Amino acid sequence: MAVLEVNELKKSFVSPDGERTVIVDVPRFAVDDAQQIALQGSSGSGKTTFLNLIAGILKPDSGDISLAGQSLSKLSEAGRDRVRAQSIGYVFQTFNLLQGYTALENVLLGMMFGRGADVTYAKALLERVGLKDRMNYRPRQLSVGQQQRVAVARALANHPKLVLADEPTGNLDFHHATEALKLIREVCREQNAALLLVTHDREILTQFDHVKSLAEINNAAQPQIAQITQI
Amino acid sequence: MSVFAIQRQTYEAFTGGELGFDAVLGARGSQLQLVLNTVFHLETSPGNIPWGMYQAMKADRRVEIALPYATGDNYMGFRIVGTTDEIFTKFHYRAGKTFEVDEGGRIFDASRREAVIGSFAAQETGLKPGDTINPYHGLAYSENSKHNEEYTVVGILKPTNSPSDRVIFIPIEGIFRMGGHVLRGTGETYHAQAGVKIPDDAKEVSAVMLKFKNPKTGFDMDMLINKQGKVATLAYPIGRVMSELFDKLGWINRVLELVAYLVVVVASAAILASIYNTINERRREFAILRALGARRVTVFSAILLEAASIAMLGSVIGFAVYGAILGAAMVVVKAQTGVVLDIWSLHPALYLTPLCMTIVGTLAGVLPAYKAYSTDVATNLTPAS
Repeated sequence: MAVLEVNELKKSFVSPDGERTVIVDVPRFAVDDAQQIALQGSSGSGKTTFLNLIAGILKPDSGDISLAGQSLSKLSEAGRDRVRAQSIGYVFQTFNLLQGYTALENVLLGMMFGRGADVTYAKALLERVGLKDRMNYRPRQLSVGQQQRVAVARALANHPKLVLADEPTGNLDFHHATEALKLIREVCREQNAALLLVTHDREILTQFDHVKSLAEINNAAQPQIAQITQI
Repeated sequence: MSVFAIQRQTYEAFTGGELGFDAVLGARGSQLQLVLNTVFHLETSPGNIPWGMYQAMKADRRVEIALPYATGDNYMGFRIVGTTDEIFTKFHYRAGKTFEVDEGGRIFDASRREAVIGSFAAQETGLKPGDTINPYHGLAYSENSKHNEEYTVVGILKPTNSPSDRVIFIPIEGIFRMGGHVLRGTGETYHAQAGVKIPDDAKEVSAVMLKFKNPKTGFDMDMLINKQGKVATLAYPIGRVMSELFDKLGWINRVLELVAYLVVVVASAAILASIYNTINERRREFAILRALGARRVTVFSAILLEAASIAMLGSVIGFAVYGAILGAAMVVVKAQTGVVLDIWSLHPALYLTPLCMTIVGTLAGVLPAYKAYSTDVATNLTPAS
């Protein structure tokens, strides 16, 4: 059964010179329960926009996104926020940890907007990603690899059905990238969460059974966008 | 809060507190000067009145207590008041409270050179029963104006939290006979001589402290002495006289109030500026929270809560500062006048100021909160380069 179904999804932006540019035009795309898919896309190909649409951060111009049977296009912004908090885990290339909070607090903060703070589970997650002794460290006190592990733990804090990973290894060296990817895939498998990972790194793509190119599923042109303005 | 509270406390302490007297009879002149001189021991005496006036008041059936006061000398800056021993036996400085002498002491014998010291004056000078003092002429201490007469301290008064704590009481005869003092009760100069009884006509006093059996007496005497008479002044009621002083100083209070309001406005502007300036730096933080599922209204509320918390924290610190300022004011006022401010007295400013500060502080957070509310998630998730 598909945890994510995308149908006739379109999203465009207006550039500073007033020209409307279609960034995402995906007729159909699906991710099955617990499936792990790698989506290949070059810079400016619209992969982050595509993930933001799936996460409900952006609203599509048209089309529908169904997450675990729930149509996001029918929900208000607050409704999409709720679905995002409860059903989606997001791992960013730049980790996006809150610098003023410890590793444990970052994970708990992720829980607060979803199913509620659960200190025991948050600690278990951090222990699982190898940060048992670093729970009370702030991001600046952690290595880049350790910060990414906190981000992984936070993404899984609300028992998501789908984990979105946007270039999660982009800021890591090969060794750490391999470790991080292994960890993300293992933890998603343990949590029975589907994984949709976008990357342009071919080394990463080779480790996935299911790999798709964004160019295959996205009919929109692939512009080199310097700057875009959301409608 | 301190401005409003001190304002009210001093007003109530000086105008509404129990003083034990209803009126003061003194020389023709300023009622305020008369009250300040005799009740609060602050000003100079406006002049003297004949002893006969005291006798007339004492004989008046409508008068419950009439005490003669002779002022004009000091010991180490503490004023010496010459009076009768009725100050210890009949006068109630507060309802049901007469002066009490510490254990081992007694009140003075009106025929001897003896002194009874107020508690604060004793504490500051270190005087104790058995010690001797030489009064100094005038109300301000000057080493060159020492009288030769030596008085023996026979008692220390227990604290009364009233202006009397700063006073040294001696028999009024002692003032009459003090070297260098002259009496002009008859209009002629009279020098008291040892062993010779002073004629009543020659005697004069600085004031007569009065307590009436009925308040109506005060109004009658006010009509008789102030409006129809020409030789004396009756300060009645004492609270009204003091409130006129505060009315005259009202503009100072209004300036202080204006400054207090200005402080509130500046503090609110500071909250607005400090939060608003950090909003740009925190846009990514808000975007992250929104990406984690926080609603716009949650982010908006968080900023408002932050503003309110800053204002409330400021109020809590303000309470500590308020306590310190009022405590200091209480010490200063007590040391200078003997009047005790009730710093724990509930004043509307105590709850209205923190409430208003929190409301104004929260309102100051609305603009930054709206800016945070409007943060675009997708464009702010990536770090600014």
